[in-house]
Amino acid sequence: MALSPIQSWLRPEPAGLYCVPGDFYIDPHRPVPRAAITHGHSDHARAGHGAVLATADTLAIMRLRLGDEGLGTTQALAYGEALSVNDVTVRLAPAGHILGSAQVVIEYRGQRAVISGDYKRHADPTCDAFELVPCDLFVTEATFGLPVYRHEPDHAEVAKLLASLRDFPERTHQVGVYGLGKCQRLIALLRAQGYDRPIWLHGALRSMMDYYVSRGFDLGEVPSVADAPDKLAGQIVLSPPSALGDRWSRRFADPLSAFASGWMRIRGRVRQRGVELPLIISDHCDWPELLATITETGAEEVWVTHGREEALVHELAKRGIAARALRLVGREDDAE
Amino acid sequence: MKAFAQLLDRLTYTPARNAKLMLMRNYFLATPDPDRGYALAALTDGLPISFPLRRVLGEIGESRFDPVLFRMSRDDVGDTAETVALIWPHAEPQGEGPRLSEIVAALSKAGRGGHAALLTQWLDQLDATGRWALLKFLSGAPRVGVSARLAKQAVADAFGKSVDNIEELWHGLTAPYTELFDWLEQKAERPSFAATPVFRPLMLAHALEEAEWQAMRLEEFAAEWKWDGIRVQAAGKGGVTRLFSRTGDDIGQSFPELLDHFRFDAVLDGELLVVRNGEVAPFADLQQRLNRKSVTRAMMTKYPVHVRFYDALEIGGEDLRGLSFTARRERLERWHAEFGPPFSDLSEVLHFDSKEALKARWEATREEGIEGLMLKRRESPYLAGRPKGHWYKWKRAALTADCVLLYAQKGAGKRSSFYSDYTFGCWSEKDGAPVLVPVGKAYSGFTDEELAQLDRFIRQNTVERFGPVRSVAPKLVLEIAFDGIQLSARHKSGIAMRFPRVSRIRWDKPAGEADTVDTLKALISSVSG
Repeated sequence: MALSPIQSWLRPEPAGLYCVPGDFYIDPHRPVPRAAITHGHSDHARAGHGAVLATADTLAIMRLRLGDEGLGTTQALAYGEALSVNDVTVRLAPAGHILGSAQVVIEYRGQRAVISGDYKRHADPTCDAFELVPCDLFVTEATFGLPVYRHEPDHAEVAKLLASLRDFPERTHQVGVYGLGKCQRLIALLRAQGYDRPIWLHGALRSMMDYYVSRGFDLGEVPSVADAPDKLAGQIVLSPPSALGDRWSRRFADPLSAFASGWMRIRGRVRQRGVELPLIISDHCDWPELLATITETGAEEVWVTHGREEALVHELAKRGIAARALRLVGREDDAE
Repeated sequence: MKAFAQLLDRLTYTPARNAKLMLMRNYFLATPDPDRGYALAALTDGLPISFPLRRVLGEIGESRFDPVLFRMSRDDVGDTAETVALIWPHAEPQGEGPRLSEIVAALSKAGRGGHAALLTQWLDQLDATGRWALLKFLSGAPRVGVSARLAKQAVADAFGKSVDNIEELWHGLTAPYTELFDWLEQKAERPSFAATPVFRPLMLAHALEEAEWQAMRLEEFAAEWKWDGIRVQAAGKGGVTRLFSRTGDDIGQSFPELLDHFRFDAVLDGELLVVRNGEVAPFADLQQRLNRKSVTRAMMTKYPVHVRFYDALEIGGEDLRGLSFTARRERLERWHAEFGPPFSDLSEVLHFDSKEALKARWEATREEGIEGLMLKRRESPYLAGRPKGHWYKWKRAALTADCVLLYAQKGAGKRSSFYSDYTFGCWSEKDGAPVLVPVGKAYSGFTDEELAQLDRFIRQNTVERFGPVRSVAPKLVLEIAFDGIQLSARHKSGIAMRFPRVSRIRWDKPAGEADTVDTLKALISSVSG
């Protein structure tokens, strides 16, 4: 295969994806001198980098999670604001994944690469909507990169939770959610459907919730489980997924375990986790959204990372789009 | 279809029995005939049509989805029907989708050639849950954690009847069970099946408690061996004989040689056994014959089955259930002497001079094929269910072994936050070094308090996690009680325990002092010899 011209200035390195003329990495998985970070989830935003470029929200979230010592020097960049580093222009575009999440748009000598990080197209009241940026190279995630993954409309999933509360008013509904993004989004969706009772929180969800509230999101009454007056029969409790069916849940009234995740599409996964009420609510694109987004960017080259690269690469090839698994980019050269 | 799809969907995720009953009850009350009858068929005996699902999906497959993506998806999902349901090209669902009765009617009219077109058309009309439910419906066995008995219970509950009422009628009915629902809704008389053999609910025994034994007057009871087989009811009428399990499932097709010879007009209660040369074979032999759709001649020769009768509910059209045990037994003996078919005999009534003699015999019993003693009150009529004070079972003392806890898994429902399913092992040797080999699993036998203690121990001594399973540092000894032990080629240890449960937690005993696999194997020969 001919060397892609973009590969001369943007390529995977052991520490992560590296922009050569800009001398920085994007979401590196080990400490580097200079990093651009797409969003605050821990598999993307690691500690120990010398200098970090990200949105103000992502930097604030990283500070909450990693502390000042884990963060190094920071530079905040607003969505759409351009920054020039050597001959490279960098800007951030909303990725629609969680609060502060961004695609990193890099332009160099007339070529544009977009590193999307994690992204989604479903509407989300707790973050800016995904912005489509036409480009030459699109780096996409593939968390749900199989045609069996199609996320249902959020309101239908939330309606399932509310219906279960009516069917089982004597049981505490414990919903497993990731603390950054999913938790706040689920609450916002419940509020949008008129659920105005308190939504109780596991202690581990508190600091991130406080951050969202400080940023002006009105999520209603969200007290801590530690302050609960009783066993919370018929109430909604949010906890990290690891607390489902854990000793912590024994304090509730015959707890019914629910889990809000795109993985809940698959019955085997629901059973394996012992979940009674699966809620298919995801921070990621489903299969049709991945394909639609990639096509809409007009990218001639696509690198696929995080998940089911193989299936997505196969499907894109059928559609005439040159796609490769990111972990394999550059390996072709070794073979020659 | 939509309501049925929602029912199946929620049943799969609902572990609690009462919640399952509620879901089914609501469905049977809200759904019209004949659709609810076909749903009931799917949850019990299966549909009256057979649909070669695998072949039809094969025909449709590649025209609707990419085989490479299908294979990758199938690996991820783990279930073919579910993969098809999810990968199927998305269209806006149209209304409720086809009615169950439409599906059955269309398929029975269509020939083999028409199946694929029909299925495609229905799949196009449904959403993902609907497609999954349709495929489960057509597969014949939806496997949603509902037994036939539970589905019948839900129907009974929905209309305020007892489930025994439904069991008695069941084998005279066919899907979509319109007669049944008409009667339940008081739109018609109770269906009558005087001309066909139907199941009669069984009389069951209580485990004998010490206090009851102390108070018991021997002369009021008849004693029999408790045979180690499965309970069956043989019902013959109008030239047809059916063999029912204790829950009323028709298991006759697994035992054609019995049906060939059991030609009588009677309803008899007995024990199904494998008997060779008059000797009852181990339960494991009988297991070879259970749940088989077809039986080879070789199987019949190798595992010859036999029914040992001990009661008669009906003879020559006369209902004997109101008579005393003594009177029924007399009728049974008279009948068997005259009409008793091959492959059958009567369970002997044992005579003991005193309770001491009876107890001594009970304690000494280690013969193969005998599980203990039955004590039946001579004056009792034949009562459905498990009435108190009439029949007692007195199982022989369990065998025990000291085993080491190796793996633990969380339970379901109320036990979902507890590690309540245990794999335990005994010592063996590999390359001259002692190793622990798993020998069985236990889920019961402990109190709630002991469960909490075990749970704590497991969390504090976890060595590794494999998905939902934890491997535990091998240092806790569990005394395991079990009813029998067999050689088994299917188990790595080479042995299989019957009904193992935790009898004591030996916090005091070092793991090194647990039993060896050889000790367990020695029990096999001592038990059968």
